[in-house]
Amino acid sequence: MPEEKAKEPVLEVQNVSIAFDNNRVLDDVSFTLYNGETCVLLGPAGGGKSVLLKIINGLIPPDSGSIRVFGQEITTMTQQELFTMRRRVGMVFQESALFDSMNVEDNVAYRLNEEGVDPAEAHKRVEESLEFVELSQAINKFPSELSGGMRRRVSIARALITKPDLILYDSPTGGLDPITSTTIVELILKQRDESHTASLMITHRLQDAFFLATHHWDSATKSVQPIPDGGVDKNTKFLVLNEGRVVFDGSTLELTHSEDPWLQNFLS
Amino acid sequence: MKFVSPTEFAKDKLWSVQEYSLLCGRSIASLFSRPVYFSDIFTQMDSIGIGSLPIVILSGFFTGCVLALQSVSSLKEFGAVSMTGTLVSLSMVKELGPVLTGLMVSGRNASGMASELGSMKVTEQLDAMRALGVDPIRKLVAPRVSATVFMLFWLTVISDAVGMLGGGLVGVFMLGLNAHSYWRTSYRALNYGDVVQGMTKPVFFGFIIATVGCYFGVSTKGGTQGVGKATTQAVVVSSVMIIVMDFLISRLTIGIFGR
Repeated sequence: MPEEKAKEPVLEVQNVSIAFDNNRVLDDVSFTLYNGETCVLLGPAGGGKSVLLKIINGLIPPDSGSIRVFGQEITTMTQQELFTMRRRVGMVFQESALFDSMNVEDNVAYRLNEEGVDPAEAHKRVEESLEFVELSQAINKFPSELSGGMRRRVSIARALITKPDLILYDSPTGGLDPITSTTIVELILKQRDESHTASLMITHRLQDAFFLATHHWDSATKSVQPIPDGGVDKNTKFLVLNEGRVVFDGSTLELTHSEDPWLQNFLS
Repeated sequence: MKFVSPTEFAKDKLWSVQEYSLLCGRSIASLFSRPVYFSDIFTQMDSIGIGSLPIVILSGFFTGCVLALQSVSSLKEFGAVSMTGTLVSLSMVKELGPVLTGLMVSGRNASGMASELGSMKVTEQLDAMRALGVDPIRKLVAPRVSATVFMLFWLTVISDAVGMLGGGLVGVFMLGLNAHSYWRTSYRALNYGDVVQGMTKPVFFGFIIATVGCYFGVSTKGGTQGVGKATTQAVVVSSVMIIVMDFLISRLTIGIFGR
């Protein structure tokens, strides 16, 4: 990817705060995500991570602060402008949020159908998207017939079908067993290394976060491999939230070498 | 039970009224701009209108029957048994047809809308829809509002008709009234103002049923328990609002038409 494009900020969050019922959930949160970067959002449960993701996608308005997505301020956008902005953003929800009255094909093609894409073209793209998440056989199934891991993969396929410029993953491995979690993280990793799309991923599982930072997708062998010599992916960074505040924003090595007692305790 | 301060209570209620008004406004506005989801409107018409037909026919028919049965004993005292048709038709067209149909459809559909949208809310499907660039008000609420308003009008017409038929059957076969006389008095009793009153009500009642059901659905909080609460509230609030609106429309039309 060209160097100048990589330096463009896709997302700029500045001094964002929000409170629900006098309970401050996010307090002066600021960070920037550049094109091609993957940011892993860590933190204890109830720390405001999911709220932050919804604020970034314009689903919840913040009480104060500024959010610029693709250079545009979203806090002052109208609903119609937000819908237009969201066409460039893919979001994977915590519990998949698949439409349970629709089959997998209709779920994945939802955005294409709304945009009036030709049904044959939509079907082809659904097949490609499902192939990416290795779930081609489930195209005619309904969400109730799928396991938790399969639902999560359909949700990823739905988020990726329009090739978005920013992907938001809200705990994509939450509630899944370790083997299924690894499958999901491998898909995220494959997406990161094949398309170099900026993404923000919430996770509670530290092993998933470090797996993402220390592995890469080998297109020659079409498999996930450890980065040689114990290296880490330079485009993967970490953001740690605690009680609504940013307590860390930096690279993998900076995180592992941090001397902050709370961080050390959290990572252990 | 948790007690809240009067200020908080008032703020909470005002907030609800504001949110409900915004939902009503946005659902109406979205019918006049593209995209309009016609296929969803027809699906809802089928679900709300055709689906409610059996309960509307049964309730309308037996209400007409019981109206004729109960009124005859009182009319007999004044030697006015021949007025049974007048009483049944006026009662059905002006009041019982619209109100009973409204309450029946409210019980069946306001609850259905609140539980369906409430389930979508708590499972983040509404957020997913917005994240996929689709406005849930336009896609889910507006079709339900337009379909309920349209179908409740025709359901009320059917209810009025079967109610008068039920009253006629009771009058003729159980009370020995003359069929020709019953239908003639029924028909003659109705004038323009009565029909306007009876046909105006379902339009407002349909709007109340759909908007209240959808409002409680999209405002659901707190998981499956919240869905149950939203469903109950939707039926209670829409039923009460129908009765209140019935009084207001009756007063207004009596003021305009003099009866």
